[in-house]
Amino acid sequence: MKEMSYQEMGLLDEEYAQITEILNRKPNYLELGMFSVMWSEHCGYKNSRPLLKNFPTEGPQVIQGPGENAGVVDIGDGQALVFKIESHNHPSAIEPYQGAATGVGGIVRDIFTMGARPIASLNSLRFGNLEDERVKQLFSGVVAGIGDYGNCLGIPTVGGEVYFNQAYQGNPLVNAMCVGLVNTDEIAYAAASEVGSPLMLVGARTGRDGIHGATFASEELSEASQEKRPSVQVGDPFMEKLLIEACLELIKEDLVAGMQDLGAAGLTSSIAESASKKGRGIKVDVSRVPRRETGMTAYEVMLSESQERMLIVPREGQEGRIAEIFDKWGLDATVIGEVTDDGIFRVYEGEVLAGEMPVAALTEGCPVYVREGLEPSYYQEYRDYNLDELPECNIDQALTALLASPNIASKRWVYSQYDHQVMINTALLPGDADAAVLRIKGHKKGVALATDCNGRMVYLDPYQGGMMAVCEGARNLACVGARPLALTNCLNFGSPENPYIYWQMQQAIKGMSEAARVLGTPVVSGNVSLYNETAAGAIFPTPVVGMVGILADIGQRCGMAFRDEGDLLVLLGRIREELGGSEYLQVCHGLEKGAVPEVDLEEEKRLIDLLVNLVEAGLLKSCHDIADGGLAVALAESSIRGGIGFQADWDFKGIRRDRVLFSEASGRAVASLAEEDLAAVRTLCAQLDLEITVLGRAGGDSMIFADNGSEFINLPVLDLARIWGEAIECHMK
Amino acid sequence: MKFGVVVFPGSNCDADCYHVIKEVMEQPVEYIWHKENSVAGYDALILPGGFSYGDYLRTGAIARFSPIMPSVTEFAEGGGLLIGICNGFQILLEAGLLPGAMLRNSSLKFICQPVYLKVNRNDTPFTNQLKADEVLKVPVAHGEGNYFCDDQTLQSLKDNGQIIFTYCSEKGQEGLEYNPNGSLANIAGICNSKGNVLGMMPHPERCAEGILGGQDGFYIFASMINWLGEVGK
Repeated sequence: MKEMSYQEMGLLDEEYAQITEILNRKPNYLELGMFSVMWSEHCGYKNSRPLLKNFPTEGPQVIQGPGENAGVVDIGDGQALVFKIESHNHPSAIEPYQGAATGVGGIVRDIFTMGARPIASLNSLRFGNLEDERVKQLFSGVVAGIGDYGNCLGIPTVGGEVYFNQAYQGNPLVNAMCVGLVNTDEIAYAAASEVGSPLMLVGARTGRDGIHGATFASEELSEASQEKRPSVQVGDPFMEKLLIEACLELIKEDLVAGMQDLGAAGLTSSIAESASKKGRGIKVDVSRVPRRETGMTAYEVMLSESQERMLIVPREGQEGRIAEIFDKWGLDATVIGEVTDDGIFRVYEGEVLAGEMPVAALTEGCPVYVREGLEPSYYQEYRDYNLDELPECNIDQALTALLASPNIASKRWVYSQYDHQVMINTALLPGDADAAVLRIKGHKKGVALATDCNGRMVYLDPYQGGMMAVCEGARNLACVGARPLALTNCLNFGSPENPYIYWQMQQAIKGMSEAARVLGTPVVSGNVSLYNETAAGAIFPTPVVGMVGILADIGQRCGMAFRDEGDLLVLLGRIREELGGSEYLQVCHGLEKGAVPEVDLEEEKRLIDLLVNLVEAGLLKSCHDIADGGLAVALAESSIRGGIGFQADWDFKGIRRDRVLFSEASGRAVASLAEEDLAAVRTLCAQLDLEITVLGRAGGDSMIFADNGSEFINLPVLDLARIWGEAIECHMK
Repeated sequence: MKFGVVVFPGSNCDADCYHVIKEVMEQPVEYIWHKENSVAGYDALILPGGFSYGDYLRTGAIARFSPIMPSVTEFAEGGGLLIGICNGFQILLEAGLLPGAMLRNSSLKFICQPVYLKVNRNDTPFTNQLKADEVLKVPVAHGEGNYFCDDQTLQSLKDNGQIIFTYCSEKGQEGLEYNPNGSLANIAGICNSKGNVLGMMPHPERCAEGILGGQDGFYIFASMINWLGEVGK
């Protein structure tokens, strides 16, 4: 293999100088490689760390915030949820199937490394225009990769989101989230504490795959990126399944002092992370690392990102029992080194010292860059764009076109490729509701999970859009009756070296932080993915939120489908008319402009309380939040899911109908209820100072909209159901 | 009356079957690790779904060589009740306990969705708590459920009444549009000629409790328990 220069490894001149200063000599090739991956954005968060400090991370429910493999929140009864979301964007752009599959594998390892049984996966995907052949290939490859890996593990993929927009052409986003369940007294942490303890490597053998994957993830995509296919790892879900079962057995028997998965930057990162927690040093001998290829150098072994490997520090005297358990599962565990007391990371190749450097220099020593953000000129220009002069378009056609838009249409083509029921906990299936709902066996409670982000809104107004992403996540949970507990996020942006992009990051994080603070949903884990750019430009800033919440009584869970003829339909929250950033503007007017509807966080918080209270009291028959496509699409989706039409008729008070029907302003939901419950619902709304509007009734075979008695939409449910249901399948034929 | 759930490396519906037998059917049940070599003391065995050995080579092709399989075969040949669900069905085919083979789904995609099944016979150990021609709603989740066999085998399956479940519409009408994987003769589940070994692609353990959206699967396990009770008298 041709040697790379430090620049090719992604290091700056001043960073190279800094390494020379730390070592008091020039680094050798191995040391240089180890520094470069640890100091990549992907591992070191060198551009994002100062911004991430703004997130609220604490609360009475938080057992573990950022800093471990995943966040942990208390769900009562001595149980906790362990969860995190992570990106695998660049590998998926080059090799969609393996890139997405190993993205799932990586996040699942983060969860069981903490001693938790993974119980659900979700994802958040972005692709370019679905008319494009390459986009279709990426989309089908990513979905198959996620499905094949998760299905084989037997972890249900219960929810997620998929958006298509030109902004992601060439740079798709693949964010995978995993949620685990653990007893609070069995949570495992990643520290290598006892001096002299052996380091055991278990799982797959080490190959040359994925070398410099972390570096590759921290640069823009270009024509040359295709040549980096060797940086994409290859997944083996069967091996991962064995690792899950074996590692959870070790933790049940309390045999390990520390456990760390091997992800980005492979052995280098997992060893450095384990040692740094307690200020320990490490001695590792690469000649003991089992290989799948011959002739590998120390550099290649230390930087390999071969998947399905775990590092284990046994409790004293437990090596024998650990070996027995691994043997039961047909896995090889090898002692490759030991914990030392001097804080130095020493790499040996047999007897020969191949490299040495302070552990802390690799981890905390990573340089941090506080950059200046600059407001881009598009921001004011698009904000001020005058939407009053938009021509009125045919409203029937607009509704039909929105339901056919891949961003709104049924995602059945996607989720039918994911096993979403294995583990028999899934109590609301994909497509049934705004969030996935899982039971916790043996308990009355349930948990709800969702991922959300509208990248277009964040692009047009990163501050408002960042708030919207958090609000939508929390609102999705509240619609099923779950109280939001905490969130994880995956911050996908372009290059932070571009001051306009840095501004997007600053503003979005500010908005997310404020929303998380007001809604009481701290950020307990996350991942940053920068340099999401191609020659054509940066992606829409896409800070994806993964929200978890809890239902006090799973028996009360609420889906989105209308249930009974004659039920009243109500809007909870205000009639809004802001169209900025809406799917309607894009689909019907070809515009991605306008002022983003302002978020009122206090109102949102009250709405979430209202929804949870209503569902818990059994007052709602269906509930669906208003987001993509606005009020009209929310009603249409509930109608299609329930196979029941509706007649909506209220006074538009002279406001343009397209504004009222298609505004995506947050803080609102559409619900159906039995007429006799209306008074009780009104009372709860009044108590929380929230507006309620009776929109009409469920019933019949058509979707009918009228403005004060004058009908202006009348479309058969079956026709719209077909259009909505088959739109993505038609594209993929 | 004791059930055993055989666990192969890569099985992933083992815990689901165990839960249903223990908590829903309230019967004694134990896991049987694939390296064991006896099934003595069990009245019924379940080969669960999942991806035994990662489905590498061919679904079920490696699992059939597991140390436990000779005693599973002996148990079946002696008339013991044995049900293979999804990957378990694939293993039964590879082990020769049921005739035929599995091909990839005709869509070439993994498919997870509810399907409707017609109960062709209700005089078997697995269907005696159901009505003949009753339609069940049961989820499938597989990439290789496209059952295939030669004409002669198909004819003998038909002649012997071994086709227990076929894919159909909600109203019980058979047709390719209701068949999720392209299987021959809309086959979803078959039994051996003696009737004590059943293989089925759909997952009855996923619909044995109301909270999961349906309870039709309950009656398949209830049939087994009823049959074991009758035999035991």
